[in-house]
Amino acid sequence: MKKMFVQGNTACALGAFMAGARFFAGYPISPASELAEYCSEELPKLGGIYLQMEDEIASIAAVIGASLGGMKAFTATSGPGMSLMQENIGYASMAEVPCVIFNVQRFGLSTGVATSPGQSDIMQARWGRHGDQTIIALTPASVQECFDLTVEAFNLAERFSSPVIVLSDACIAHLRERINIFEPEELKIIERRKPDVSPKDYRPYLPDKRGVPTLSHYGGKHILKTTGLVHTETGHPSSKTEVCASLMDRLEMKIEEYQDELPPPKYYGIKDAETVLISFGISSRAAREAVHRANLAGFSVGLIQLQTVWPFPEAVIAEYCSKALRIIVVEMNRGQITREVERIISKPVEVHPLLRTDSNIFYPEEVLEKIKGVQK
Amino acid sequence: MSIPKEYTDYIDWDRLPHLWCPGCGNGIALKSAAIVLAKLGISPDNALMATGIGCSGRAGQYVSFHSFDGTHGRTLAFCTGINAAQPELTIIAFLGDGDCGAIGGNHLLHAARRNVNITVLEINNFNYGMTGGQFSPSTPVDSISSTSRQGKGEYSMDMCSLVAEAGANYVACTTVYHTAELNRFIKEAISTPGFSFVEIASSCPTYYGKYNNIGGAPEMMEWLKEKALRMEEYKKLPIEEKQKHLPRGKLVHRDREDFHTMNMKQISI
Repeated sequence: MKKMFVQGNTACALGAFMAGARFFAGYPISPASELAEYCSEELPKLGGIYLQMEDEIASIAAVIGASLGGMKAFTATSGPGMSLMQENIGYASMAEVPCVIFNVQRFGLSTGVATSPGQSDIMQARWGRHGDQTIIALTPASVQECFDLTVEAFNLAERFSSPVIVLSDACIAHLRERINIFEPEELKIIERRKPDVSPKDYRPYLPDKRGVPTLSHYGGKHILKTTGLVHTETGHPSSKTEVCASLMDRLEMKIEEYQDELPPPKYYGIKDAETVLISFGISSRAAREAVHRANLAGFSVGLIQLQTVWPFPEAVIAEYCSKALRIIVVEMNRGQITREVERIISKPVEVHPLLRTDSNIFYPEEVLEKIKGVQK
Repeated sequence: MSIPKEYTDYIDWDRLPHLWCPGCGNGIALKSAAIVLAKLGISPDNALMATGIGCSGRAGQYVSFHSFDGTHGRTLAFCTGINAAQPELTIIAFLGDGDCGAIGGNHLLHAARRNVNITVLEINNFNYGMTGGQFSPSTPVDSISSTSRQGKGEYSMDMCSLVAEAGANYVACTTVYHTAELNRFIKEAISTPGFSFVEIASSCPTYYGKYNNIGGAPEMMEWLKEKALRMEEYKKLPIEEKQKHLPRGKLVHRDREDFHTMNMKQISI
């Protein structure tokens, strides 16, 4: 373990290296470019490969290709690039290719404000592709969490044989903090599983008891067949209704039924509080300070800081909110997580959104004001 | 894994019959690729059939070796990552003219520029067959298709010249009629390190042949035979005349440093 004073983007790259990732493909875009720059300098030293592709579509394609070649692989982008990547992220979900996608969120719709932070790609992460699917998305709120959740993201990608999205933002990405960098031997690292049957008997999409297939790699003795079409256990296309139904069920089940393996929310402040804040990423930093000040002032307030936004941690939130009279959702968008909270929280518990969409971040004072404002 | 001696060992016979129409040229091109793999003694676990979307996109399920069936147009970008991870793998990208020249045009140019170790077999059937016979960039001007009932009002694309200019190590073109030449070109393409591109004019009696009154499968073969001119003759034609003919021959055969070799120079350990 060593201490380093680094920015969030660098911490993400370091987390990726420590998790064993040796392939990065990307396309320059603010505010994610430092992640690519760091990889271009450091990956070759580790015997890895940095590729600068012709666009974001090609970047995620190359990442999926490298993963199918047996490497742990990742890309980093922001809003416009994330939009371009969607079709191939859907491919990775369908063909069950482990990979990690960093979306360093910037402000706004379309090209927005390239250098300002945003938190408005939450629903895009969940539903950006066509077709039903389940995706894992993590939200670091500090530079340390950029490192920790990146390691976790690569582990989850292998564990679930799935793409994993890490949603940071321009503020966390450029924030510099002193953090602990752990070496691989100090971390729990999940490696790619290897087929345990003979090449003759191998079926790439035969799921284990947890619903996860064991993918071989191109160039391996076990012949691998992948497609974005609905496919059977052999990887061959099929349009039979029973094949469609069982594949769609399995793709959802393999993640949704194992949510307790995903990074749980962190809780700060008074337990079983009357007022519970729910926030994530950079917004949760202001919320945490506001909760601290509110507690000192005698208010019964707590904060749930989401580390996993997708699948939405419904059960844990419900548990933390069991004594709550009201919930305040603090987020820099027009209410994307608020809607999820409203979906799972039933009346008479009140849900109060505290939203900010002016390209600036939250300050503790305005969160504290909101906490006081909703008290009766 | 033992290396098969016959092309038949590279075909997954349990998957047949294929879904291609009677008279389609895809089977000829696929067989030619299998013949070359057997001739070159490439082990099935060291070969990959990469495809995109459309008729050609189904080729991977008929082979006994590794296959990748990607999103429309992006196959060569996927293959760039695959090649980086598995530089020894023989990658054959079996793509249609729409996949290569339209939606995937940018990736084609950049894969050629990077000189990635891939052999592209571009099956040019002059239209989007799988989805009903719409015109593609390679459809000749004035051709009838399901989206150009009055005749296509654009010139076609010279993909071989583009790929050659972009930096490929090997570029050649022929037709599914000229099978001996096809085998030779594919063998040279796979044997040449770096990016190789073979354009294969193919028969589509179901749509292109029918819409343009060329006839059925045998007539389309006659048509390919008659339309194809040797490269030297073809090059002399004015652009309007070129639209009425198909070239066959080699454009480029060279040994620029390939993508993997250049990548390895970046790695300092």
